Amino acid sequence: MSASTPAPRLSLRDVSYGYVGTSANVLQGIDLELAEGRIVGVVGPNEAGKSTLCLVAAGLAPLAIGGRLDGTVEQDGVDTRTLSAGDLGQRVGILFQNPVTQLSGTSVTVYEEIAFGPRNLGLPLGEVATRVEWAADLVGVRDLLPRDPARLSGGQAQLVALGSVLALRPGTLVLDEPTSQLDPLGTRLVGDALADLAAETGTAILMVEHKTDLLARMADEVVVLVDGKIAKSGPAAEVLADPALPALGVEPPSDVRLRAALAEAGISFDASWGPAWGVQAAVGARE
Amino acid sequence: MVPFALATIPLVASIILINTFLFPGATDTIVSIGPLAPTWTGLTAAAQATLRVLAFALSVAVFSLTTPTDDLLTDLERRGVGRRAVFVIGAAIGMVPRLVERAGEIVDSQRARGLDTEGARWRRVRGVVPLAAPMISSALTEVEERTLALEARAFSAPPRRTTMRPLPDDSQQRALRWGLLVFVVVAVAASVSGALGIP
Repeated sequence: MSASTPAPRLSLRDVSYGYVGTSANVLQGIDLELAEGRIVGVVGPNEAGKSTLCLVAAGLAPLAIGGRLDGTVEQDGVDTRTLSAGDLGQRVGILFQNPVTQLSGTSVTVYEEIAFGPRNLGLPLGEVATRVEWAADLVGVRDLLPRDPARLSGGQAQLVALGSVLALRPGTLVLDEPTSQLDPLGTRLVGDALADLAAETGTAILMVEHKTDLLARMADEVVVLVDGKIAKSGPAAEVLADPALPALGVEPPSDVRLRAALAEAGISFDASWGPAWGVQAAVGARE
Repeated sequence: MVPFALATIPLVASIILINTFLFPGATDTIVSIGPLAPTWTGLTAAAQATLRVLAFALSVAVFSLTTPTDDLLTDLERRGVGRRAVFVIGAAIGMVPRLVERAGEIVDSQRARGLDTEGARWRRVRGVVPLAAPMISSALTEVEERTLALEARAFSAPPRRTTMRPLPDDSQQRALRWGLLVFVVVAVAASVSGALGIP
């Protein structure tokens, strides 16, 4: 895609991080780069440091929660440690698992909820309205604007939370298992909104996700995180087909499992079986 | 209005009973029934205290019935109250229905595991204990994630927040507010100086 972009949207160089009050580092020697419009998936077992990676990449660690950060984390070439909270939110957005805790809890309507971030920036009212409508259209929640945010389904609430983050127009988006509490329909809604976002606005997306089928469809690259270190990284199709994944507690995408099952049964797999075979088709279409 | 008045009943009842029957040093007995000796002095004191409690409860009632929460928050913000303070007020008010909802969920799930939440009153009281722990702990664990999510949405950004909608405020409302303020000052001054004749 935009391989010619000079500075990557997000870059982590030799990053190590440890929480306040602990001596051990949760992340060690992480090198990661995200160019404009790229989607990078992160998989790994529990306790691998995936959520910590999200906080560090989003600049919230150490800005909001303290801790020790070694190495450099840069958004658009600017060290996150030099950024204030207001600047940070406009450069990188973060979305967590639980849609409920991400809503401010003080808004009466979805409209006001999405306007929360732009209002914090003190933008003129007209600009706030433009951004709310833009973000609502992007994630497909325009119909929900007059609704009470506390009365939404999980998938709808997560879309609203995503829209609320996008209303700050961040160049990078960090997602910590954004679909883990969603049903298949909610997962598809969020997944489609994210893919559109990367394609249309060039937003770089770093995404921790257990649903490897979703990553196979969306991600350009996948990183395997084990014990706070990057164990493997590369093109999504290649990494997700790695036979070592199940041993790490990561379930491979369904097409990889199907191929394995076919091979085990002695049935030879013919690539001309057509484009119904998820990963290859999706990755092929992207590149 | 009625719930606010009802909420004062326990307090008012105890004020009337204690003052009427146990007012220290009062001798003007209304009627003697065995050991019980209600006094006129006590009844007068009880009436005064009751009026104070009712006035307090009704002022809260008038405020909450006439002022939608988001109007209150919008205006506090417009008047330059810090966004943290405004958020805390808004979140505290908004939290009540959610806590009630969660309490319902916890009760249901504990009932499903055999906890007796119906029947004799003392049993129901005992049922509240296992309800409190999960409710408080789940509310606390949400705090960290919410803090991070707010921080990521530029909650600590320095500029003054954009006001979404101007609140309607005409000259009559302004005149009424100033008039009430003057009335309060005069009433307090009259009461303190003894001009009203209220002890």
